[in-house]
Amino acid sequence: MKINESKLNIDFMVVEKAREIARKIAIDTQNFIDQHTTTTIERTVCRLLGIDGIDEFGVPLPNNVVDNINKRDDLGKGAAIFLGNAMLHTGLTPQQIAEKVSTEDLDLNEFQLKELTEIKEVISPIVKETLEKIKQNKEKREYFIKKFGDKKGPYIYVIVATGNIYEDIIQAKAAARQGADIIAVIRSTGQSLLDYVPYGPTKEGYGGTYATQENFRLMRKALDEVSEELGRYIKLTNYCSGLCMPEIAAMGAFERLDVMLNDALYGILFRDINMQRTIIDQYFSRMINAYVGVIINTGEDNYLTTADAYEAAHTVLASQFINEQFALVAGLKDEQMGLGHAFEMNPDLENGFLYELAQAQMAREIFPNAPLKYMPPTKYMTGNIFKGHIQDTLFNMITIMTNQRIHLLGMLTEAIHTPFMSDRALSIENARYIFKNMKSISEEITFKKGGIMEERVREVLNKSIELLQEIEKQGLFNTIEKGIFANIKRSIDGGKGLEGVIKREKYYYNPFMEIMAKQLKRGGD
Amino acid sequence: MEKSKVIDLTRVKPYGDTINDGKVQISFTLPVDNSEKAILAAKTIAEKMGLEDPDVVYHEKLDVGFTFFILYGRLDFSIDYTKIRVESVEVEIMSIKEIDEYIRENIRRKVIVLGATTGTDAHTVGIDAIISMKGYAGHKGLESYEMIETYNMGSQVTNEEFIKKAIEMKADVLLVSQTVTQKNIHLKNLTNLVELLEAEAIRDKVILICGGPRISNELAKELGYDAGFGPNTYAETVTSYFIKEIVNRKIK
Repeated sequence: MKINESKLNIDFMVVEKAREIARKIAIDTQNFIDQHTTTTIERTVCRLLGIDGIDEFGVPLPNNVVDNINKRDDLGKGAAIFLGNAMLHTGLTPQQIAEKVSTEDLDLNEFQLKELTEIKEVISPIVKETLEKIKQNKEKREYFIKKFGDKKGPYIYVIVATGNIYEDIIQAKAAARQGADIIAVIRSTGQSLLDYVPYGPTKEGYGGTYATQENFRLMRKALDEVSEELGRYIKLTNYCSGLCMPEIAAMGAFERLDVMLNDALYGILFRDINMQRTIIDQYFSRMINAYVGVIINTGEDNYLTTADAYEAAHTVLASQFINEQFALVAGLKDEQMGLGHAFEMNPDLENGFLYELAQAQMAREIFPNAPLKYMPPTKYMTGNIFKGHIQDTLFNMITIMTNQRIHLLGMLTEAIHTPFMSDRALSIENARYIFKNMKSISEEITFKKGGIMEERVREVLNKSIELLQEIEKQGLFNTIEKGIFANIKRSIDGGKGLEGVIKREKYYYNPFMEIMAKQLKRGGD
Repeated sequence: MEKSKVIDLTRVKPYGDTINDGKVQISFTLPVDNSEKAILAAKTIAEKMGLEDPDVVYHEKLDVGFTFFILYGRLDFSIDYTKIRVESVEVEIMSIKEIDEYIRENIRRKVIVLGATTGTDAHTVGIDAIISMKGYAGHKGLESYEMIETYNMGSQVTNEEFIKKAIEMKADVLLVSQTVTQKNIHLKNLTNLVELLEAEAIRDKVILICGGPRISNELAKELGYDAGFGPNTYAETVTSYFIKEIVNRKIK
């Protein structure tokens, strides 16, 4: 949409101003990020160098390697230095080294450190090989999308959450055949707080299924089969959040995931993860996602599950502006930014539909190229499945009226259980009915000049500018400490994972970050 | 209304549009392909459930090997409503003002309330609805009560952390919220809390309350809680209950 085509008479000078402030906030925070690394970032480097598997106690080998280096407080140099150095001394591969570290037959700190140029030289072929491999995954996705054509209109996004990956596959295939375009495998409750990634195929989980590389592989394979069958590329989603953000991104890169939830603010507010830790982790994880063409989803919608959706609407917009800038810094393109928002106003609110419609149209116009992620009602869903189906219908209507892209399907049984196969089928049927029946409505409607919606958007935009100015003045971390987002307060040294934050040393070396940053800033390939 | 249609509470049946018509609707999925045979199978299941003349009004394929059914039918049996006994919390609900007044007069100090969503459960909606200033659906939460001091630990709080905080705050009331019930994880977690409180010898010193969409007072009591509250419970209801309980149990 061109700027002068705003249906809501949005003042794009104000929007530009908001972007400028958000950019400053992101850059200010990025200065902090650039001085640090974390245990999970270094484990990610291990994984990208080919280290995988678990030891006899079930501990992932990347954890063993990083713990070994961290024993001497030397992780600020980067795990790659120690692995490269050990390769020079032993002639072993990173995987063989990791195995020996795990059995305590080898200590990475005991080798004399060789010249950095030598280390880089021995590591470089493996780095190249990995990057080639994950690039091929990107190309394979592009090939499929080209072969089948990309869907116009909203992607129908549904979740599976049985706890058992094999059961998930049955549900996911059924959902795809019913019309779903994106399948998200919800993670087991509590995985975000694990400071390691579980291993292998899993059949036990609570409220979801563990994200493991093997589970990713199994699901991607199943969805490839059903994509061929349907002549439609079915996208796979998982969660790059919690204490292992970049590791999950790397696993997703290896197994061709297409969409990743990837939002530090979400982890800080809703999982009480330490803000320093997760904002540092976010940068590298977003960079990996950028590199492999993954669409990230941000979690602004969640603010509205604790704060009031009508009153806190401007916090969603402000956060979208900030998330956009963080995404740009990490090298993501507009087309990869699934900025989040939600249909969460109290159904008893008079003209609530108009306010929701205004918010959605505003997001669409302010972020015209972003595949916005629109979340369904959850907070005010009750056991009344019949009313719930109608709430979801109104939500579906807003998506088609405002061209939202990633449409997270509401379930009539939202407040009751993880969806039955029939719940999902009924919800998909509802969405497809609305999307077809109202297909071109967004081209047909305009909104009243000076009407309720225009007025509302002006108010939300102005309030979000005020908030952004406040954040700029105080810094992002201080703002979070004060409970501005979602009415939740978190302290800078509180939460989980702070012990994994490590100051980078002068000669910090992360070969993947180096190359990705360079290539992404060049505008990718 | 005809005399014969006056409701006999000793013989109650579901109601469609006429007293004692016994009409019910059900829906379910069968893991078989959509076919004549599948429809008959759905009917057979309904009959086994006790439905008379079940009618499959809708059936559709969900996937290869899965069919969804909607059925209507009639129940010929009835139940004696006068014999039903429930274990719901019987409280006279007071307003915020009345509650604050009651505490001032009868307890004469602030009541200390600690709340959390415990275990791995990440849902804060329930505990926020009861505690946060804003509350839920126009019912303000405990933070807005003058005579209540409250702390909301949020979600994913371990039972150990929860108890530690309770001791530190000298809490009178513990509120535990549970939303995730998959594989009955909430039961294990709720039971574990009671065991730990007993081990710390403070179970009797607190009013222990749980709540959530799948929680009933009956279940709560069975697990060793003082009370349990299900969906659509607001702060006033919970508070009206525990302030009286504090007085009854003479907690100083």
